[in-house]
Amino acid sequence: MQVTDDRINAIDIRNAVKRYGDFTALKTISLSIRDNEFFTLLGPSGCGKTTLLRMIAGFEDVTEGEIFLFGDEIEKLPPNRRPINTVFQNYALFPMMTILDNVAFGLEMKGESKAAARKRAGEMLELVQLSQFSSRKPSQLSGGQQQRVALARALAPSPKVLLLDEPLSALDLKLRQAMRFELKELQRETGITFIFVTHDQEEALTMSDRIAVMSAGELQQLGDARDIYERPSNMFVADFIGETNLLEVEVDAVEAGRAQVHLGGGHQLSVDAVEGVGKGAKVHMSVRPERLYLSEGAEGPESLAGTVRANMFVGTDIQTLLDLDGGVQISVRSSNSERGNKRVFEPGQIAHINMEQGAARLLAD
Amino acid sequence: MGRRFDIKHVPGFLPVTILCLVVLYAPLLVVTIYSLNDSNSITNWEGVSLRWYADVFTGPEAEKFKLAAWNSFTIAIIAATVSTSIATLAATAMVRGGRFRLRTVSFGLISMPLMVPEIVTAVATLIFFNSIGFTRGYSSILLAHIAFCIPFAYMPIAARMQGIEDSYEQAALDLYATKRQAFTRILLPMMVPGIISGYLLAFIISLDDFIITNFVKGAGIETLPTAIFGSVKQGIKPNIMAISTMLLALSILMVTISYFVSKSDKKT
Amino acid sequence: MAGGAASGGSARTDTYREARHWLLLPSWVVLIFLILIPVLMMLVYSFLTKEFRGGVIWEFSLDAYDQFFFNRGLFGDEPPSIEWTYITIFWRSIWQAGAATILSLVIGFPTAYFIATRPEKVRPMWVFLITIPYWVNLLIRTVSMKFVLRDQGPLNDFLLWTGLIDSPLHIVNTNFAVQLGLFYSYLPFMVLPIYASVERYNFALSEAASDLYAGKWVTLRRILLPAVKPGVIAGCILVFVPSLGSFLAPDLLGGAKNFMIGSLIEEQFKGNAGNWPFGAAASMILLSMVLIILIVFARQQARAEKGGA
Repeated sequence: MQVTDDRINAIDIRNAVKRYGDFTALKTISLSIRDNEFFTLLGPSGCGKTTLLRMIAGFEDVTEGEIFLFGDEIEKLPPNRRPINTVFQNYALFPMMTILDNVAFGLEMKGESKAAARKRAGEMLELVQLSQFSSRKPSQLSGGQQQRVALARALAPSPKVLLLDEPLSALDLKLRQAMRFELKELQRETGITFIFVTHDQEEALTMSDRIAVMSAGELQQLGDARDIYERPSNMFVADFIGETNLLEVEVDAVEAGRAQVHLGGGHQLSVDAVEGVGKGAKVHMSVRPERLYLSEGAEGPESLAGTVRANMFVGTDIQTLLDLDGGVQISVRSSNSERGNKRVFEPGQIAHINMEQGAARLLAD
Repeated sequence: MGRRFDIKHVPGFLPVTILCLVVLYAPLLVVTIYSLNDSNSITNWEGVSLRWYADVFTGPEAEKFKLAAWNSFTIAIIAATVSTSIATLAATAMVRGGRFRLRTVSFGLISMPLMVPEIVTAVATLIFFNSIGFTRGYSSILLAHIAFCIPFAYMPIAARMQGIEDSYEQAALDLYATKRQAFTRILLPMMVPGIISGYLLAFIISLDDFIITNFVKGAGIETLPTAIFGSVKQGIKPNIMAISTMLLALSILMVTISYFVSKSDKKT
Repeated sequence: MAGGAASGGSARTDTYREARHWLLLPSWVVLIFLILIPVLMMLVYSFLTKEFRGGVIWEFSLDAYDQFFFNRGLFGDEPPSIEWTYITIFWRSIWQAGAATILSLVIGFPTAYFIATRPEKVRPMWVFLITIPYWVNLLIRTVSMKFVLRDQGPLNDFLLWTGLIDSPLHIVNTNFAVQLGLFYSYLPFMVLPIYASVERYNFALSEAASDLYAGKWVTLRRILLPAVKPGVIAGCILVFVPSLGSFLAPDLLGGAKNFMIGSLIEEQFKGNAGNWPFGAAASMILLSMVLIILIVFARQQARAEKGGA
């Protein structure tokens, strides 16, 4: 098997289904993860992302379907025969063993001599800058250090794929942000495919080469961070990722890649057409609040007039809430910077809401 | 100013707690003190001496008590060892075996010695040995002890195993260990505090048992409790108080060890 | 499915699913042969004919149960009337066990509550203090109790010395001595489940009640007590059930007049009466009573859990 061959995916999941009795946790998932990729499974808790990860690791049976690792079918293999290692959410460091023995464990189980395993383990600890702690027990380390030991332990046997199950969730905010860069760096250095599970969209957006958004046991969208943020393919993704205005619209006409729509209050707008949304369709439109700006008069054709209801100070931004005719509500974010120098409207004043190019996106469902 | 308002505080509960402790400890303390009495009578106090302790080992009943102690301790060691091993395996199946049909039945079976009154177990075991023609003696006591010690060993072991997340074994499997290696190298070492507690409880339960032993022992063999009971029937004598104090000290020592084992473990 | 739930492991821990039946086999063998089959044999024996000097004749007979409930005169030829001797012994056992349970509750509840409201760090130490005496040999504890309660014992000495009484109290060989002995035997069983439920109780509820003008006792009775009721019931059962079949406390502290079920049964096998089928029948009746109590309790617990969830 040629690992360097670009056409061979690190992981191929084909029509995988997971059922527990009557409950279907995963509904026919097909997914390919490329070699040397930082891939993220993102979704709210209960969406099936951890189940999918555990199926790749071998902790859960696959009810139907196949999983391939660099072209080899693995879904029937027990976890100890898959060259895949996992960083567990609670790290699962063996409490009675020293840090060095923890890191050496996988190599020893693979049949390497104790001396060789320990030598390699020492190198791994150096890589994560924990050499001075090698003779300590896990409980004597901080959360961040334990996390790096867990990484070293999982990487020591040189797995073909590394699975990470919400590895940052137990850390405090500052450490979590620092670890994002470390993880990304480690992935680049080792060249190993990382599959990362998280419910934290910021983590997913900042670290991943590609993201699979999941919900209710189904794959909602697959793409890079920009795709998912700016071109959400459905209501769930638009709503789950970031903050957005979801507006009900009716399509009046579709022509030359543009769709003419109107809102509840009769406001007319022209937006990019989307496949599957034709004339007469009543669908939702997603508009990111930071892609809107306020002005006294209309600037451009895609402009709506509304009454300011309230301003909220959110630190980096100021969020303005406006009422439009027909009970429509829109939130607008403007940057809290001198350079922006946009006028702040007081509650009760009339303001025009202007859209940047491509800010609005029609959603098929 | 009165004390700070505390919703949890109920007046009068502290004195009751103290009364409770007095009732629990006073008899044990009194017997310990009187075991040191330098008198042939149990009523009059004639100063401190260890003569009754010496009497236990060298007095007229010394042989009887030595033999009874030998029986009690060997039975307790073997019964605790066997029942702890059986309970460890059973706990692994019950806590790490997923859901299965026989699980509830097994749990019922394991806890049966706890639910059936001890005297009923004693009668049933006697009848069983009698009906299959099993000679009553050392081995019948041992077998009965193994059986009723299982739930006492099982409880702390199963509780401990429930407290260990299965991600540890999964981590071991993920790192190329076989299931057997994950058990012996990871799960079992993590279980040690629970196994020690289970072993000590089983040991004490076996050492303390009177009712079942009394039924299944047959003539001519005694354990410490049956020997003590036989003596007490003729009236409480000072040497009995010396033996009692020694057994009491042993039990407290073992429970204390068990307590500190589980406590030191929680810290790490 | 995702996140904490799956890795938490409480729901699906089945690492040793394939081996589970092998792992259970030793316990099955031991418990089936040494507990389950013996209990069934006992049931069979209760329907056999007695042999004098112990043992049975393998002949079906209802004599054991008949003897328990009916009196047919000395030669067995009179019209049957209710036999009160054994029913009285059972009734006395229930009464004694009940009294011991109430005594344990009255002392045990405040103790459990007090312990559960101590700072978290010292609670295990308190629980340990309460449980130590339980691990001391029951026989030794009962003998100690008898030693203390004797007419010439330390308790009477103390009371005479204080001048509260001027002649020794006769406590040994009374019902009260047995109740005290049972209370002493099983008190930790009352304290531990109540302690566990009070510890789990969310005291913010009490604070909310007191914020709404409820007094301390009203709060305790109307808010805390319903919440910890399962623990109280569990504690009562854990004291009542072993008390019912106890042997040492009534035998050593009660004397011949205060005979309980345990002594009645023991006498059939160890004493001179030597009526094995009758002893087996009495054991069966005791076992049935205990099982009924446990089943009613288990169903109530299950219902309470469903209602709570």
